[in-house]
Amino acid sequence: MSKKNISRRTFNQLLGATGAATAIGLAAPSVMAAGHGRVVVIGGGFGGATAAKYLKQFDPSLDVTMVEPNKTFVTCPFSNTVIGGLHDISFITQSFDGLRAQGVNVVHDLVTMIDAAKKEIKLKSGKTLYYDRCIVSPGIDFKYDAIEGNSAALTQTIPHAWKAGAQTTLLRKQLEAMPDGGTFLISPPPNPFRCPPGPGERISLVANYFKQHKPKSKIVVLDPKQKFSKQGLFKEGWAKLYPGMIDYRHQSDDGVVLRVDGDKKTLYTDFGEVTGDVVNLIPAQKAGKIAEIAGLTNEQGWCPINQQTFESTIHKNIHVIGDASISSPMPKSGFAASTQAKICAGAVAAMLQGQAPGTPKFANTCYSLVSADYGISVAMVYGFADGHITKIKGSGGLSPTGASDEFRKQEAKYAEGWYKSITKDIWG
Amino acid sequence: MKNYASFKIAIVAGLSLATIGMASSASAQMASGQVLANTCFSCHGPAGHSAGDMPTLAGKDGEAIKFLLEGYRSGNLKGTVMNRIAKGYSSEEIKALAGYFSSQAK
Repeated sequence: MSKKNISRRTFNQLLGATGAATAIGLAAPSVMAAGHGRVVVIGGGFGGATAAKYLKQFDPSLDVTMVEPNKTFVTCPFSNTVIGGLHDISFITQSFDGLRAQGVNVVHDLVTMIDAAKKEIKLKSGKTLYYDRCIVSPGIDFKYDAIEGNSAALTQTIPHAWKAGAQTTLLRKQLEAMPDGGTFLISPPPNPFRCPPGPGERISLVANYFKQHKPKSKIVVLDPKQKFSKQGLFKEGWAKLYPGMIDYRHQSDDGVVLRVDGDKKTLYTDFGEVTGDVVNLIPAQKAGKIAEIAGLTNEQGWCPINQQTFESTIHKNIHVIGDASISSPMPKSGFAASTQAKICAGAVAAMLQGQAPGTPKFANTCYSLVSADYGISVAMVYGFADGHITKIKGSGGLSPTGASDEFRKQEAKYAEGWYKSITKDIWG
Repeated sequence: MKNYASFKIAIVAGLSLATIGMASSASAQMASGQVLANTCFSCHGPAGHSAGDMPTLAGKDGEAIKFLLEGYRSGNLKGTVMNRIAKGYSSEEIKALAGYFSSQAK
């Protein structure tokens, strides 16, 4: 699988490198002939796994190592269908075999340190990896101390289920064990956070489960925000499908949670308290731990980047993609992470060849299920102008309100179609 | 080796698009069909081979893809989401996308 077969121009086309760069590149073909580039990708999720796979596609000669502690990856997208009992956890569990088949060296280990000056990565096992460029896609971590009484240990009783896997299963089991007539108490996080429409979808699919199996049950939502993603569409769907079941309290309705008591399964606000039979407290968020350890984060806990290449503006040769990165106006979604990964992989492959990176152009579509056959979506197309990712005017937007049942059903089918296609694209 | 084969197809697509790109030098900053198409894979599957309910685009007639995308873009065609997405692409980009997907193996 030698890259000698690939012409310089073709290579540029694949990477999206600019015309000017092509001319520069042609003058120095020896760089390509020497062609050795070591890229270490940290994280095997939507961002990391996509980056690793596409790096090998863009330039098969690259030495690509992906470090991911887990043997399989459980996706947050569609984890609400597991919590709502529509799918088993196996449906959202992805294998890394597809990446290995692409020639990616998958290492199951934990990164404990990145030395940006030495271009070295220390692993928990004691091994050291060396890179020419590194792509960090660590997802999110939680700010437990934002709410009094909350802690990582408490998540064994009061799960967040905002990283999929054991937490997803735990919340599902709690809901199954809950008697009919019980209360599911959920508190979405403040902005910015992973998957903005995620809490709305979770509320929906728990309501769907209650409607079918525990119809006397209630859902209380304590939201520190005044507005949430796809609010109009969710509330329209809830009024139609789950009338009277959901008590949604926004910031101005005393929705801000200040304290949690795990033993009493109670959340405390400024003026009151709510007790649930099952409590799902989703904490405020920040970039995944390794980003903070490696000094890639700002004061708010997120990673500032060059939005064309996703290279950190703090440390050279380290790129940050996905939820951890400041890629606004793109949302923190799996789709966004994956599409960013492709642009970033193209930029990294080009830069390792001494070429200029291309101009980003990407999109995001987030489907949410209000029930198994009721889907809604939000979409946006993004370009790049004046050094920033920009929304393309006139593009994107929400599903219409007041749409027909047929329309909602079609979008529900597309939601699952999206999941199947994107997971095949990344891990398949 | 399947992956290598699809990579070679991508190369061929890249070459033909390079030619298109050169014919319209005004859009020097425009991403290639391959780069533009990468985003589409998230719903329409790798190289346009859908794994779910979204239509497969790989190997479809380029004129048909262009007709549909231009229809969604202008609002002449109704859709669930493509009418919102197509509005984010220029006619030139739509041409490049149609060129990429039509040149993929079915």
